[in-house]
Amino acid sequence: MTEPLLLSSTQMASFVARGFLRFDGAVPAEINAQFMAEAGQVPELSDGGKIMEVYGDTLASSRIPEVPAGTPLAEAYAPGSAITKLLDLPLVRGALRSLLGETPVFDHHFLHVTFPPRYYAAAHRENVSQHTHQDSTIDPRLSFDVQVMYYPHAVTRPMGGTRFIPGTHLRKVSEVALGRYQNMVGQQHMVCEAGTLLFLHHGVWHGGGVNLSDDVRFMFKIRMHASGSQVRCWDVDDLPKPNAQRPIFFRKSAPARDTVEDILMTPEPWFEQDTGRLEFVNRIKLWRYLTDDPTYDADYWLTRLEPPRAASGG
Amino acid sequence: MNANLRQKVLVLYLKNSALDSPVLAWAQYDGSGETLHMAGDDDAPPYVSGVAALRDGWRLFQASQLLPHPRGEEFDLAYLKYEFFFEQLVEARP
Repeated sequence: MTEPLLLSSTQMASFVARGFLRFDGAVPAEINAQFMAEAGQVPELSDGGKIMEVYGDTLASSRIPEVPAGTPLAEAYAPGSAITKLLDLPLVRGALRSLLGETPVFDHHFLHVTFPPRYYAAAHRENVSQHTHQDSTIDPRLSFDVQVMYYPHAVTRPMGGTRFIPGTHLRKVSEVALGRYQNMVGQQHMVCEAGTLLFLHHGVWHGGGVNLSDDVRFMFKIRMHASGSQVRCWDVDDLPKPNAQRPIFFRKSAPARDTVEDILMTPEPWFEQDTGRLEFVNRIKLWRYLTDDPTYDADYWLTRLEPPRAASGG
Repeated sequence: MNANLRQKVLVLYLKNSALDSPVLAWAQYDGSGETLHMAGDDDAPPYVSGVAALRDGWRLFQASQLLPHPRGEEFDLAYLKYEFFFEQLVEARP
């Protein structure tokens, strides 16, 4: 078996800062075609019919298995199935090992089907997007689960696509309590080619976009969690040396780009002026957790708030 | 009270508590039924700031309070902090 492609420190920092990693067209066409054949048939809806009944019929016809929560991910899918092949891709094995450690555990999966306007016309219902939400419930942990979003066919903008807001994952909210936020600056829509994968921190705010095309849209999601340590499971060769602080505020030239510090200290467009600084603090805390380095800091945000320690030299 | 009046609601989330600070998030609800707004329907805010909405005829009727941070929870973040509700009253079409 090919070795997994572990994430780099800068990719991990990007996941810590923004809550996602996106890999366009990562799944080969033959796996996408196999998945679409296994996913299930979506019947047309007759006038007065119910969309939820069509949804139920689709899931009933699917060859995607029911899997109990808590199953080792490696045992969740049948050998030779499209999802087993997807999970065996070096990129996927490497990303999951980097984020979750050696033996991830299956939480749940779901086949998200977004219906085009003719289904809503037949059902006499309004065709609207899903409210923005955070999955599950209030989750105070520093550790995190991963949700893999798989787009087995091309998604155009009229098809809606998953909408998500980078950098929202460290906010502790209660599911769809935030449904009032219709739009946020910096929001992204998953318009992508077939075989695209989105690895999401479980806390990222997201929602399904309204489908205004003529085609049914599929997205398959698998949620999984670590079974042990999440510390330094990625390729740590490019991990910066400890406590290497950079000059802050008064700088005569732009700081180096794409370093761990630069990534952790880059704000999102929706950040509030004051709480954006708390976002930095929370990113640093998550980086400390992942590196098992309780002294790590970026731009002195936490050092300034902690008991004095000796100068690190200049 | 004119029974034909309908309320349009605009919710703006700003960068700080000042009404002239930039818009970061927004929502719109149209009681007249003339327009339908929903999550993800626009990537650009309708106004650059709260004051810009005032200048366009929106009436502010609620603003979020500034609350102290409970000890031990100073770094906890949840919902957007600077929320402003505006309204317009419009004639409903018969």
